Amino acid sequence: MIVKQWVINGGELSENSFGSLPSFGGEVILMDPIKDKIQSTSRETRQDIIGKVLSYSCISLIVIVVLSIFAFVATKGLATFVVNKASLGDFLFGTNWNPSATDKAGNPLLGALPMITGSFGVTIIAVIFAAPFAIGTALYMTEVASKRGEKLLQSVIELLVGIPSVVYGFIGLSVVVPFVRTHFGGSGYGILSGAFVLFVMVLPTVTSMTVDSLRAVPRYYKEASLALGATKWQTIYKVLLRSATSGILTAIIFGMARAFGEALAVQMVIGNASIMPKSLLAPASTLTSVLTMGIGNTVMGTVGNNALWSLALMLLLMSLVFNIIVRFIGRKGRM
Amino acid sequence: MKKLTKIATVIIAASAILVGCGKSNSSSSSSSASSKAVSGKITIVGSTALQPLVEKAAENFQADNSKVSITVQGGGSGTGLSQVQSGAVTIGNSDIFAQQSDGITASKLKDNQVAVVGMAPVVNKDVGVTNLTMKQLREIFTGKITNWKEVGGKDQSIVLINRAEGSGTRATFETNVMNGETAAKSQEQDSNGTVQKMVAETPGAISYLAFSYVTSSVQALSLDGVKPTDANVTTNKWKIWSYEHMYTKGTPNTATKAFLDYMKSDKVQKSLVKELGYISISKMKVQKDANNKVTDVK
Repeated sequence: MIVKQWVINGGELSENSFGSLPSFGGEVILMDPIKDKIQSTSRETRQDIIGKVLSYSCISLIVIVVLSIFAFVATKGLATFVVNKASLGDFLFGTNWNPSATDKAGNPLLGALPMITGSFGVTIIAVIFAAPFAIGTALYMTEVASKRGEKLLQSVIELLVGIPSVVYGFIGLSVVVPFVRTHFGGSGYGILSGAFVLFVMVLPTVTSMTVDSLRAVPRYYKEASLALGATKWQTIYKVLLRSATSGILTAIIFGMARAFGEALAVQMVIGNASIMPKSLLAPASTLTSVLTMGIGNTVMGTVGNNALWSLALMLLLMSLVFNIIVRFIGRKGRM
Repeated sequence: MKKLTKIATVIIAASAILVGCGKSNSSSSSSSASSKAVSGKITIVGSTALQPLVEKAAENFQADNSKVSITVQGGGSGTGLSQVQSGAVTIGNSDIFAQQSDGITASKLKDNQVAVVGMAPVVNKDVGVTNLTMKQLREIFTGKITNWKEVGGKDQSIVLINRAEGSGTRATFETNVMNGETAAKSQEQDSNGTVQKMVAETPGAISYLAFSYVTSSVQALSLDGVKPTDANVTTNKWKIWSYEHMYTKGTPNTATKAFLDYMKSDKVQKSLVKELGYISISKMKVQKDANNKVTDVK
């Protein structure tokens, strides 16, 4: 009983209970080491505490970093509208981007629509190009190729991921731009060239995620289909692709997020003209390309600088949107 | 209870991290402030055009003065000016006068001109033009002239490649060429290297480059018959040039002053400056002020 009380109530009560039992002196001496052992923290408990503190401090650091980045970009980005009094409508739908100049009413010219169009243009076209290739490659890897062929393709894809974007940009500048110029016309700089470069850049992301989702389809789906007499193609088309749809869509959205955020490679081939793109072959610009070109040339706190932060905020919000879409698809796919 | 301890742990961990950061910051700043004689820390940020020269000079300077540590970073002229104004760095490099930059109180900064850069309009080799008048060049960049045959070249449409809005190179070009007119919206690139490659490879392209980037792969243009050479810059016969500035806030400390003196010394001016394609400040027979007014050097 007494021992139980110690465990529950801790030191204070147990001392009292001993004080009231002078006649069992011998037993009290005997109980002291046990008391020490129970009351002091063991090595295992300390390990537990250290582990907890470590992991919580890591988590809190990450949370603080994420929150402060968000807060920083948001305050800077919103300053354009709060401090510099630019209107949100003009920002989203205006087509004249020239932060250092003002219109007749004295408002800065901050029409970001050309960049928004450019960003979505290259992203969507790149993904439209990439998706069929990625799904084809993934099907080949999971269904057709031998173990060796699969391993070879796997390492090719991993290699593509590892190439730095400046290298993609340089190849784009020396190969893709002249190619587009001679075969499609124009100066070679434009959304089409940007989409071609991004196509290669998002291909590995979409492919490897599609492979994962195809592998996640239960084996017995396939076996049941084949046992029913379906051909390989029928099984792939009617069973495998159908049940992996949500995974494939997730892969495509991730590819879009990557394409949307890519800066350097696109900047080198798109031409960076902040005018509304009239064709896929005319020079255009993206949110990221304007951002990387301008941020070093503007002074903190000026309209020009704040406008660039608004573009950054827009990029951040878009990546948030992509994340939400991925979550949504994931939840739907599970049902 | 459990939740409370969790929250407490998180708060303690977070504050420990923050306190740690604060501590390291304050100690480093106090050590740089207490530097006397030629020792200490110098942080230099800004213009990418000036970066190679400062990096090389800093390397040599540190070899002679082992107690000085100098960090040189790029980031652009705007970053350099705003960082030195806020006191975050010791020296801010800029291609343009602080007066020309929006949001900078120029009176608070001390200007140190360490080199001169000449810039030349360059075209693709196949356009068949080697000389333009200043007016023609201006009309090309405002979009009034759109075909090379209008200025005596081939029948080929002109592809304008401008520099990034607000960059030092563009500011210099616009103050000296555009005469207050706005350039037509066109392609923009932010580095000399990329522009050089683009002009060399794009038929009908025109842009402008610092002298050190003008190679045989592109055609540099003469303006009104004046060739873009260092000698013509020193007399202002060639008008498109600018200073490279190293701004400090208030009076620099001894280490910074020693380094700035070193930058202006013959050791740097007569060898490094020339080697890296800049023009030595001591050779200039004219000087420009922030309003682009040119006067003879006394």
